[in-house]
Amino acid sequence: MPVISYIEAVTLAIKEEMERDDKVFVLGEDVGARGGVFRATSGLYEQFGETRVIDTPLAESAIVGVGIGAAMYGMRPIAEIQFADFIMPAVNQIVSEAARIRYRSNNDWNCPMVIRAPYGGGIHGALYHSQSVEAMFACIPGLKIVMPSTPYDVKGLLKAAIRDNDPVLFFEHKRAYRLIKGEVPLEDYTLPIGKADIKRNGQDITVITYGLAVHFALQAAEKLAEDGISAHVLDLRTVYPLDKAAIIEAAKKTGKVLLVTEDNKEGSILSEVAAIIAEYCLFDLDAPIQRLAGPDIPAMPYAPTMEKFFMINPDKLERAMRDLAEF
Amino acid sequence: MTTEITMPQLGESVTEGTISRWLVKPGDKVNKYDPIAEVMTDKVNAEIPSSYTGTIKDLIVSVDETVEVGRVICTINVEETVPVASNTSVLDREPAALQPAEIGQKKRYSPAVLRIASEYNIDLALVRGTGRGGRITRKDLQLLLESGTILKESNSRLVQMKRDETVLNKDLQADQVPTAASIAREIEIPVAGVRKVIAAKMVKSKQEVPHAWTMVEVDVTNLVNLRKRLKDRFKQTEGFPLTFFPFFIKAVVEALKDFPQLNSMWTDDKIIQKKDIHISIAVATEDALYVPVIKHADEKTIKGLAREIHELAAKVRNKSITSSDMQDGTFTINNTGTFGSILSAPIINFPQAAILTVEAIVKRPVIIENEAIAIRHMVNLCLSLDHRVLDGLICGRFLARVKENLQSITIGNTPLY
Amino acid sequence: MTENRHAKLGLSNRDVLEIYETMLLARKIDERMWLLNRAGKIPFVVSCQGQEAAQVGAAFALDREKDFVLPYYRDMGVVLRFGMTAQDLMLSAFAKAEDPNSGGRQMPGHFGQKKNRIVTGSSPVTTQVPHAVGIALAGKMQGKDFVTFTTFGEGSSNQGDFHEGVNFAAVHKLPVIFMCENNKYAISVPIHKQLACKKVSDRAIGYGIQGVTVDGNDPLSVYEVVKAAADRGRRGEGPTLIETISYRLTPHSSDDDDLAYRSRAEVEEAKKQDAIVTFKAYLQKLNILTTSIETELNERIAQIVNEATEYAETAPYADAESALRHVYGEGG
Repeated sequence: MPVISYIEAVTLAIKEEMERDDKVFVLGEDVGARGGVFRATSGLYEQFGETRVIDTPLAESAIVGVGIGAAMYGMRPIAEIQFADFIMPAVNQIVSEAARIRYRSNNDWNCPMVIRAPYGGGIHGALYHSQSVEAMFACIPGLKIVMPSTPYDVKGLLKAAIRDNDPVLFFEHKRAYRLIKGEVPLEDYTLPIGKADIKRNGQDITVITYGLAVHFALQAAEKLAEDGISAHVLDLRTVYPLDKAAIIEAAKKTGKVLLVTEDNKEGSILSEVAAIIAEYCLFDLDAPIQRLAGPDIPAMPYAPTMEKFFMINPDKLERAMRDLAEF
Repeated sequence: MTTEITMPQLGESVTEGTISRWLVKPGDKVNKYDPIAEVMTDKVNAEIPSSYTGTIKDLIVSVDETVEVGRVICTINVEETVPVASNTSVLDREPAALQPAEIGQKKRYSPAVLRIASEYNIDLALVRGTGRGGRITRKDLQLLLESGTILKESNSRLVQMKRDETVLNKDLQADQVPTAASIAREIEIPVAGVRKVIAAKMVKSKQEVPHAWTMVEVDVTNLVNLRKRLKDRFKQTEGFPLTFFPFFIKAVVEALKDFPQLNSMWTDDKIIQKKDIHISIAVATEDALYVPVIKHADEKTIKGLAREIHELAAKVRNKSITSSDMQDGTFTINNTGTFGSILSAPIINFPQAAILTVEAIVKRPVIIENEAIAIRHMVNLCLSLDHRVLDGLICGRFLARVKENLQSITIGNTPLY
Repeated sequence: MTENRHAKLGLSNRDVLEIYETMLLARKIDERMWLLNRAGKIPFVVSCQGQEAAQVGAAFALDREKDFVLPYYRDMGVVLRFGMTAQDLMLSAFAKAEDPNSGGRQMPGHFGQKKNRIVTGSSPVTTQVPHAVGIALAGKMQGKDFVTFTTFGEGSSNQGDFHEGVNFAAVHKLPVIFMCENNKYAISVPIHKQLACKKVSDRAIGYGIQGVTVDGNDPLSVYEVVKAAADRGRRGEGPTLIETISYRLTPHSSDDDDLAYRSRAEVEEAKKQDAIVTFKAYLQKLNILTTSIETELNERIAQIVNEATEYAETAPYADAESALRHVYGEGG
């Protein structure tokens, strides 16, 4: 099985789906000849031409809104928002339109569309190139939000998102793009949206997280294992709607739960995960639910000291995990 | 048939409307959708149409009258049948609830229940739960504690005592988790029960009340002589001993009558002066301290006081003391002299305003009248006072009165009965 | 002697009668809805009155077998032409389960009916503009020759989605007809407080496309410009911005009182230009609408409206718990 990077898995999934189904197309800023500012659509323009890999005017609401129109017609658009931070002008189209087209038409119309956007920090991206925006959308019934952590998951979940009959926000961690590599099968496969995945089995503490933080948790778990502490790591993969059953099972397994995100703490995905655990696992908890997240400041500053302060990292996870194990 | 026309809701947030003009009168024939009245609301002014073809019967609401949406404004005799929206397909059943299994909840203890059980040493196996599936709820335990029918006999008094405490719901700091290194050289004594209550009460008093302290020394030679002469016969007659303590209580109670300021308590915005004099007395056991109360001490003789002291002490020793025995004290007297102490700085029995200790009676050479030195029986009386309620002057006068009362004891004017 | 203008446009007498009938049906349904609202039977009405000519004239210029329409909330005339029935509209007004627009989920005026290519819409204005562009883009990618037609008010032409959508369509030369139904008021705010340019159609210049302003009280003029725009779109010559000038004869909605911001005299003056009156006169003068036809027509429309009202009023609501359905696709 070939080892490829996270971003190569993105490109591969799109390429395979465009080959499989001529209704699949890409639209966004700089996605054409340039192949995307991160090179996620690299080679697609050459292979499929400008009619299926569309450089749009610089206008996010139109990128999403035009995509919605095409999707309602029956196409399978993949809209790229260059940075998740720039999705804000399209929020009305995503929230008022894409998310409720099926519902408001009583199932007459639907909107099979993928909106991809790189998110996340640790790349000197400062306030407007580092953000996690998932929590803004993780309260909108009608949307699905996928945030994969590994190249294998990227390919399987992105293909599933493209084939999904409802709108999917697909957030890719931009630091993971080239940092994370992994084995990815050459053959066609999809992974179920809405299902979390156990990335490591353990007995003492449970870490529930998603995206790049999954790797931080796995690294920290290795270190703790040397001291005889066994960590269970659950990768949410889909952050909306959440996989309640998997969360409950993982929480009950050890009774000690650490939730990790690089988003701001208050109102994050973790808040909802904690609520689910609180609702269903009262009698299985052996410690208060713990959260490790960014501070509640607007976003990640540019200066390296402040960026590092904001960002979670394997050391911060290790400390939090050890602390919980000792509780 | 006669039917009703009601005030329509004219606008999304509108709740009432005013009839500004009737366009019909009783007896008028109207067709469906003919205007019948002009209505004014906060959002719109509109003509409202009849929903039926028929003859107007009665106008219920008069012009300029404002009525809520849905109120009948007029009645009409209709010629047709009134269409009714079919609701047959609306489901009556309850939504399928996400409910945990009803059974097997009895043994599932919430953290709150476990904490209370451990704090009061309650055997949860003996508790009947009222929650779903027989689960024991926090309220079950709270009611149990309040009712006093706690299942561990030895804890009943403590529970009652705890109820008296204003600190009941105050979350006491959890014990420090011992480190492995410390365990070998130390003995861990869990803080629970009465000890915990005492601790909390003392902390509260000491932290909240600004304590001031003062002391007087009293010549009780007369008292000592008096008691020496009477005690054997008293014991023989009454069956319980005559100690010094009832004399001190009597002297204090008499002084409290003259200085009711000391028989009071502080609340946030006022000082409450108590008319009844209920004296709390401290009774020690090996590991704890109880403070039973002599009610209406001012109405009791020396003998009466002596009996009550004797009985309360016995109750403490045989653990039959109840919470009502320890309620409503207005002033505390502690007989610290029994331990040989000659000087104490007592902590006020919250929320009272003052506490007095009677120290050991010792023989001392003192200078008496005419510059002579004599051997006298001397005792120190120490007073801690809530400086929010009391000042030094009044307390000084109070102590002087107590001293006077004690020093004026003589066989002739101090009846036991 | 009144000139026969419709023959030159390729419209038969029967066509123009049908245009009038559709306009009149829209008006009568709308009027009935107001009565139902004032009787307390339906919570809300938002009106087409005064804009029927523009709506029906435009819709007649489209191919109702293949073109897509993305109407805004006043477009009863458009959706009637595209196959929605009086009964469908009444079911929507009463929020009943059979409402094809939304099954009683949306307020009236939020049109949508896939079988007739009426694309579902929402309340935030102008969001449908990029959708029209997206459908046109999809059609172009799939080699189809349909056009998309979307409408909005003059106030909405200030929205970012208007600008972003029109620009996108212009850059990609997509067959979209953007029709602004200028009725002079955005709720209470008059047009001079909405835009500084003389005409909404002037905005086309900024996108490098053709813009045209036309009398919205004349269904034939509107038909003519929309037909031309549709033809250009089908030929691959890109989008067109059309502005129809008419007047909103009712308050903004059943919740509005327009006397707070405009005079009764102004409204009465506008009613003289009401196309239901003027177009009827045109047809009468040409002896197309004879007295007997008119009587028959009025009776037929009254019957349609009565039957639609009665049917919708007695029709069942959707099950309460059906509110939980169709958030996502069911059964994979």
